[in-house]
Amino acid sequence: MLAWTIYISFLGAAGLLLLPRGSIALARILALLTAVVGFAITLTYFLQHRTGEMLTIARVPWIPVLGIEYHLAADGISLILILLTGMIAITGILFSWNIEERVKEFFVFYLLLIGAVYGVFLSYDLFLLFVFYEIVIIPKYFLIAIWGSTRREYGAMKLALYSFVGSAMVLIGLIAAYVVAGANTTSLGRLAQYPFSPHFQMLAFPLVFVGFAILAGMWPLHTWAPTGHVAAPTAASMLLAGVVMKLGAYGCLRVAMVLFPLGLGPWGFHVFGLGSWRDLFALLAVIGIIYGALVALVQKDFKFVIGYSSVSHMGFVLLGLMTLNQIGISGAVLQMFSHGILAGLLFAVVGRMVYARTHTRDLAALNEMNLHKVIPFAAVAFIIVGMASMGLPGFSGFVAELMILIGVWRAYPLLALCVGFGLIVGVVYIWRAMQKAFFVSAGTVPAPPNPPLPPITIPERLGAIILIAASVLVGLYPQVLLNVIVPALNSPLFDGLRKGSWQ
Amino acid sequence: MIAIDYAQFLRLALPEAIVVATALIVMGTDFLLMRRCSTRVRFAVAAGIASIGCVAAIVRIVLAPEVANILNGVLVANPLTNLVQIAVLTLTIFTLLLSVDATFSQHIGEFVLLLLVATAAMMFLAGTQDLLVIFISLELLSLSLYILTAFNKSSAQSWEAALKYFLFGGMSAAFLLFGFSLLYGLSNSISLPLIAAAIHGPALNPLLVIAIVTTAIGFGFKVAAAPFHFWAPDVYQAAPAPSAAFIASGSKVASFFLFFQVMALGFAGAEGTAALPGFVRGWVPVLALMAAASMLLGNLVAIRQSSLRRLLAYSAIAHAGYMLLAIMAHAQQSLAALLYYVVTYALATLGVFAVIAVVEQQTGDDQLSSFDGLSRQAPVLSLCLAIFILSLAGIPPLAGFFAKFYLFVTVLNAAPGSMGLLWLVVLAIVMSAVSLYYYLRVLKRVYVAPPAAGSAAIRTPLLSQALLLLLAFAVVLFGCAPQLLLRWIEAAIQVSGL
Repeated sequence: MLAWTIYISFLGAAGLLLLPRGSIALARILALLTAVVGFAITLTYFLQHRTGEMLTIARVPWIPVLGIEYHLAADGISLILILLTGMIAITGILFSWNIEERVKEFFVFYLLLIGAVYGVFLSYDLFLLFVFYEIVIIPKYFLIAIWGSTRREYGAMKLALYSFVGSAMVLIGLIAAYVVAGANTTSLGRLAQYPFSPHFQMLAFPLVFVGFAILAGMWPLHTWAPTGHVAAPTAASMLLAGVVMKLGAYGCLRVAMVLFPLGLGPWGFHVFGLGSWRDLFALLAVIGIIYGALVALVQKDFKFVIGYSSVSHMGFVLLGLMTLNQIGISGAVLQMFSHGILAGLLFAVVGRMVYARTHTRDLAALNEMNLHKVIPFAAVAFIIVGMASMGLPGFSGFVAELMILIGVWRAYPLLALCVGFGLIVGVVYIWRAMQKAFFVSAGTVPAPPNPPLPPITIPERLGAIILIAASVLVGLYPQVLLNVIVPALNSPLFDGLRKGSWQ
Repeated sequence: MIAIDYAQFLRLALPEAIVVATALIVMGTDFLLMRRCSTRVRFAVAAGIASIGCVAAIVRIVLAPEVANILNGVLVANPLTNLVQIAVLTLTIFTLLLSVDATFSQHIGEFVLLLLVATAAMMFLAGTQDLLVIFISLELLSLSLYILTAFNKSSAQSWEAALKYFLFGGMSAAFLLFGFSLLYGLSNSISLPLIAAAIHGPALNPLLVIAIVTTAIGFGFKVAAAPFHFWAPDVYQAAPAPSAAFIASGSKVASFFLFFQVMALGFAGAEGTAALPGFVRGWVPVLALMAAASMLLGNLVAIRQSSLRRLLAYSAIAHAGYMLLAIMAHAQQSLAALLYYVVTYALATLGVFAVIAVVEQQTGDDQLSSFDGLSRQAPVLSLCLAIFILSLAGIPPLAGFFAKFYLFVTVLNAAPGSMGLLWLVVLAIVMSAVSLYYYLRVLKRVYVAPPAAGSAAIRTPLLSQALLLLLAFAVVLFGCAPQLLLRWIEAAIQVSGL
């Protein structure tokens, strides 16, 4: 049943191709319908299976010569990520209601991207996972290059190449693991049980981890993220920040750490006080958090603020993974969900509600317009999601970041202090952006835009309300997700990690 | 004196004989009956008859498969050679049908004749393990291809390319012949397995080293591997589109199969190794250098091209580099990977050339800028082009991705326990990441750039469109279900025991 999330998205894309020329409204509705059905399927499944265990959805031999199977399975972690995907897919379409140029093609690429993302989260066979992971690259490129804004062709190509280089690293690691194991299987579960030699794991782990982490925006390989996000059209930035970056983090957890748990162990020597890949990646994650926040603090372009904030927030995810304790990793998964929702809405506010109306993202220019009087809904939405993003209690971000902090405190007390600094900067840059973008500075004469901006439309309101509601729900009752995350982390799949270096 | 059974000889060569007879029929028909008709009709009739001949040859191979080996490999027939011959014939049929709408020449009978003769030569190449037959068929193939390249009499570039091709080709033939003569001197035999048995020894004879190097140079030229690639960009650019498509697809399949056979059979026992660390002299390190050079040069130079045909030529050099890896692994599985790779590669390349032919007829050249905004002028054509290009780039779920994956896996698997060739596989994967850049640049023109002002909608001839869709479908199908093709290849290799 859950497998239909993939098929329905691809079928929707094919159906759109068959629509006659010029049927814009029909294309939008068909796309929305596809996304809604995909989400409905996920939600039904989620409500039925709340144990979080790994359950096989589909399994047929695919390429017997190499032992490759078409094997889809879902556990708690994949389940909440496909819930996130479904939600972002729906709201992304709602926020691209204003696209007028080449509408059909836009939604074709969009649904292809969504389908492939579902595929990655549901794959249990590593070959299959890689296939979906690479399919993601192409529609992403075209979405940005055709419908994007500032330096779109540059941003799109940079994004495509970074992703492809990352996946090339992953491919090398996977082929090596396949050949070394010699078990003629690409099944994640069976490869994870194979005792790779510690030496091999030490080499393969960083390769595969970094390959995925590029897409998760790990510093210093994050530079595709701000340019890509800024260049992308609203729906594509929502998907990029909301879902695609999660693919990278998901790959780090599900593939790199599960296959090569010993790669996280100590090297046996120290370089600059770092004793293992784990220390190194934790440090990079913290640098990412602080660097992203500091850079976001000085941006002139509203969208770049959000772009760098994504780098900062994804740093939390990677840091959570590197704590290697249950609370930290659960927090990381929760943060993936939370950041997906919040980044999605932030980009929607900036890209769709503000930029599509004012045609500028320059904070100084926006400042004069006194937007909170002109489009109050946008201002309110931004304030709410900004508070969530700062980590105020009651929103999803708070729970996730708190759990990660506790985890970090246990693993790296010193880094926890640095993260605290990052959190404070996080409050400041959101505050600054909010003030500059929506509230005219004292002493400046407000110059309301002329001609007056069109009001916020119903699809936009709907999209914003869905995302805010999700964030509040998870913030108030995180157990709804943790109930499936924790059993998933305790499943046999993560045995190697638990026995190896779990604390 | 060995008694030769001429009847068996003829029976084995029947498919080739059918193709040659068809060639003569085509020429006769065109000269005697069709003089008055328009070019289009003449081409349609000639291509039709030729395709029927090729189909007849395929039917003969499928219905009466022979297993034989006469005169120590002068003619060999087994499921594997049959498979390669069928692949070559199929690609020829596609080329023939795609050339129907071409307008570059009035000499239609001769054109089709040459295509068919080249096909027969490739079939002989696939079905022999004898140095002399290899050399003669190779010359027959090459001479046909030189003329096919020069076929556009109104284009000086076409002549120039053919002359270049001819000069380089002649030199490489000399190298090849020199290598073969040394081999004969060393082993007193011209049959590949007997040569291998004779040269087998603990230390490499210096003469054998020279033979290895010159043979590798000769074949390196045929498959356009760096640094023997110089003819490729010019030929790809200036040859008439059907000729270029044929050189890039069918002739690649035959040449790579032959290359594998000569190296793995004829030089068995003199492999050496290209593992790092632990270089051992032999033919594998020679090929390793060629492969590394091809991957680097092909991919890096392709970035700078502004003509799609030249870009394809350099990407062909890069692909030759990847395929050389499979030859170096010289295992049963890697032969399967090589055949899968070269066949799917040929399908995709043929498709790109078909698109180029259509666009060239409307816009006059193959510059990348001529493809600006193609997706708005011809959506179906663009979709097919995107599928072919992405398959060449190795994006799943298209055939090119699985081909690469399988190739790399078999190369690493070839020497169990050691990861000696890992450095080459890593280089190949890194370089294929580079290749995405220039392939995407093509698609950017097609999908992102606005169409040039005042350009009319591009009309695709019906036959080309049908063939393009068929090719695109095949590329997608073999990518999603590689087992369909792989099953045959594996079974054929198992039975033939190469």
